[in-house]
Amino acid sequence: MKRSSLEQSKKITIILTYVVLILGAVIMIFPFVWMLLTSSKTVPESMQIPPTIFPAQLMLDNFKEAVASLPFANLYLNTTLMIVFRVLCAVVFSSMAGYAFAKLQFRGKNILFAVVLVQMSLPSQIFIIPQYQMVAKMGLANTIFALVFPGIVSAFGVFFLRQTYLGIPNEIAEAAYLDGCNQWQTFTKVMFPLTGTSVAALTVFTAVFAYSDLMWPLVVNSDLKMMTLSSGLATLRGQFSTNFPVLMAGSLLAMLPMVILYLIFQRQFIEGIASTGGK
Amino acid sequence: MNKSIKLSLTARQEEHWGWIMVAPTIIGLIVLNLWPFIQTLYTSFCEHLGFGHYKFIGLQNYIEMFQNAEFWRATWNTVLFCILTVPLGLFLSLLVAMLLNAKIKGKGIFRTIFFLPMVCAPAAVTMVWRWIFNGEYGILNQLLGAHVGWITDPNFVMISCAIVAIWSNIGYDAVLLLAGLQNISKSYYEAASIDGAGKVRQFFSITLPMVSPTLFVVMIMRLMASIKVYDLIYMMVEDTNPAVTSVQSLMYLFYRESFVAGSRGSGSAIVIWTVVLIGLVTIIQFVGQKKWVNYDV
Repeated sequence: MKRSSLEQSKKITIILTYVVLILGAVIMIFPFVWMLLTSSKTVPESMQIPPTIFPAQLMLDNFKEAVASLPFANLYLNTTLMIVFRVLCAVVFSSMAGYAFAKLQFRGKNILFAVVLVQMSLPSQIFIIPQYQMVAKMGLANTIFALVFPGIVSAFGVFFLRQTYLGIPNEIAEAAYLDGCNQWQTFTKVMFPLTGTSVAALTVFTAVFAYSDLMWPLVVNSDLKMMTLSSGLATLRGQFSTNFPVLMAGSLLAMLPMVILYLIFQRQFIEGIASTGGK
Repeated sequence: MNKSIKLSLTARQEEHWGWIMVAPTIIGLIVLNLWPFIQTLYTSFCEHLGFGHYKFIGLQNYIEMFQNAEFWRATWNTVLFCILTVPLGLFLSLLVAMLLNAKIKGKGIFRTIFFLPMVCAPAAVTMVWRWIFNGEYGILNQLLGAHVGWITDPNFVMISCAIVAIWSNIGYDAVLLLAGLQNISKSYYEAASIDGAGKVRQFFSITLPMVSPTLFVVMIMRLMASIKVYDLIYMMVEDTNPAVTSVQSLMYLFYRESFVAGSRGSGSAIVIWTVVLIGLVTIIQFVGQKKWVNYDV
């Protein structure tokens, strides 16, 4: 008797868990579904009262209009190049510095690492005005270089990869050293290949944050052809303040590449971003 | 003798390699961060005359800032945004994490769905929220049968932005908290069950204390991000919207001052003030944590 009531309460708990999770999932996914549905409606259709849920027909007109008003090919290219260069810089420079801070002895090490920590704890906006002035002075506003500029070094990357190298036993480096590798060879041939998971995590983290960044691209590249997907969308907002079907189509186009990558590499994305958590 | 010379040689080599390997990072940090930080600090005591020319004016920017109602409103908005989003957001994230930690099927699918906003640029997701919240044709008002101006009414605009912020971050925070929950040994719960402790009791005596270090990290991270909030509010409420003063955060005001109005001196003063605020919050958190974070696991 008691046993069956216990089992029953267990069953209720499980059902309740599912109910809450499904309800939550619906709330999470609804905006995306609504975006998709609206993107295929005409403007009068979108403003109908009471609203229709499904569009009368599947149509691409709104996507065509979004592509006609924003140079999406340029935005994709600019965003991709910004991400690729920022990731390359973060991985190469942070791996080198992370390894040195973790495994090598040199004078000034502690004070130099303190510089890394200070940068990490300050908000990026504190650097933005002088960074913009530097780019402007070099005459490099409205270039890919300008988009990459603040991401050339990643203090967070150094901190994160230093942790990874600290977790690798010294014996491995010593063995390589005894086999005749110099410090550089030990690093490139033996130690760096052991950090694959962390490098993947840093890649995902750097890419997602560069892609989401809004203030810097808005400030530094005002030419529509040199914008990123994020800053381009911000200008689309002003252009079509009431034409929501076109805005939805534009947003979908901006989101799609990253969402597809995410769906393919879910585990790497989630675990990568989670392992870099704390930033 | 010979050995010690060789050793000092390798030590010197090691030192050289150390410097070479940190050089790109350190040079980059000096050029991109350390020097700009000093410049921003200096600029906050200057008036921008245009074309990168500055005049030193002492504390004038700060005096004007502290007398400016819009500045205090932005400070309050930032604090209010933190109050509205951080506790509720953490509570919901912990709830989701605990549900995902139960023995259920389809965990992976739920995790993927909850995490989805993380990989979507705020610029894109706020667009659909503006549409959902639209006062005349938005689906939310249609569902509620209401006529609330969610992003035009000064009384509601902050709540709308807070909802979007919580929705955006819940999956990320839940994934971090889930990692903390998974570290709790099942044997604690078994022992508690045998002793007759109910689910609620188990939550307060086992789950909460054991997950508190993770919760603390997530809270600090979320607080820091919320104090610096900009993109979400900027995309939800453009600066021509009359409700903007009711929701404008410090970083939004900073952006408008520095890059729309062009007063980089007062913009710099705002960002310095924000750093002071972040410092204060961090100190309070680290003092306060002794009361509730449990590190003896």
